[in-house]
Amino acid sequence: MRITCPHCGERDRREFYYRGAATDLERPAPDAGEEAWDNFVFLRENPAGETRDLWYHEGGCGAWIVVARNTVTHEVLGTQLASEARS
Amino acid sequence: MDKLIAKSPCEGLLPLTVGSVTLTEEEPGVMTSVAPYKGCEEALSEALKAAHGMGYPAANRATGRAGSRAVWFGHGQAMLIGPVPDATLSEHAAIVDQSDAWAVVRLEGEGAEDVLARLVPVDLRAAHFKRGHTVRSLLFHMTASITRVGDTAFQIMVFRSMAETLVHDLKTAMEGVAARG
Ligand SMILES: [Zn+2]
Repeated sequence: MRITCPHCGERDRREFYYRGAATDLERPAPDAGEEAWDNFVFLRENPAGETRDLWYHEGGCGAWIVVARNTVTHEVLGTQLASEARS
Repeated sequence: MDKLIAKSPCEGLLPLTVGSVTLTEEEPGVMTSVAPYKGCEEALSEALKAAHGMGYPAANRATGRAGSRAVWFGHGQAMLIGPVPDATLSEHAAIVDQSDAWAVVRLEGEGAEDVLARLVPVDLRAAHFKRGHTVRSLLFHMTASITRVGDTAFQIMVFRSMAETLVHDLKTAMEGVAARG
């Protein structure tokens, strides 16, 4: 498996650490309420199809990267710096 | 207090020659990580040029020359190697002294690319990776910075605490390449 880091280019999977769903980037406001926080901390989608994950280019440039992939076809659809995906 | 004796990271381990490849320790001098503040990369590059004669390096590139280099060092930072950082840099970037924190070695010779091919999961052959190109990648199990500094020469940096592992892993690969003749 290869992942294209926006800085470093296409790299081997062994250079990356997997974090999980990219929902970390959509942190609710402190006063968003119990339900929003419960969803954020505990609930995850489990889609058959497109999903967005956070990966860390640990054995590389040290950037957090949003990787869009398809869980059915295993196709990697695109990558983006998490710092840019958020702003 | 007794006078302390300075000891380089690879003291007692290098130099080393196996077949056509040599491994020597570099004396990098002052090492400083330079991390530009948001939106300040251009101003930092001008300040670097004025003070030290090299611009801020683009991703996967190194600027300057032996004795005074700026090596791209990952997301949002470069390593200034050699000169004492000018005070003007700190107007545009976070400046952190990293002297003595890194083991810096030079791998050189006809077979140097073959040695690195055994350890690094990136194509470092000259057609793709030219003088002035740099990568952050893995060297066997260690995170490393690798820069081509000559036609057959690479500068390799790892955390100082991993100096012995670095020399061990490179030596093993050098022996493997040499054994194939
Ligand atoms: Zn990267």
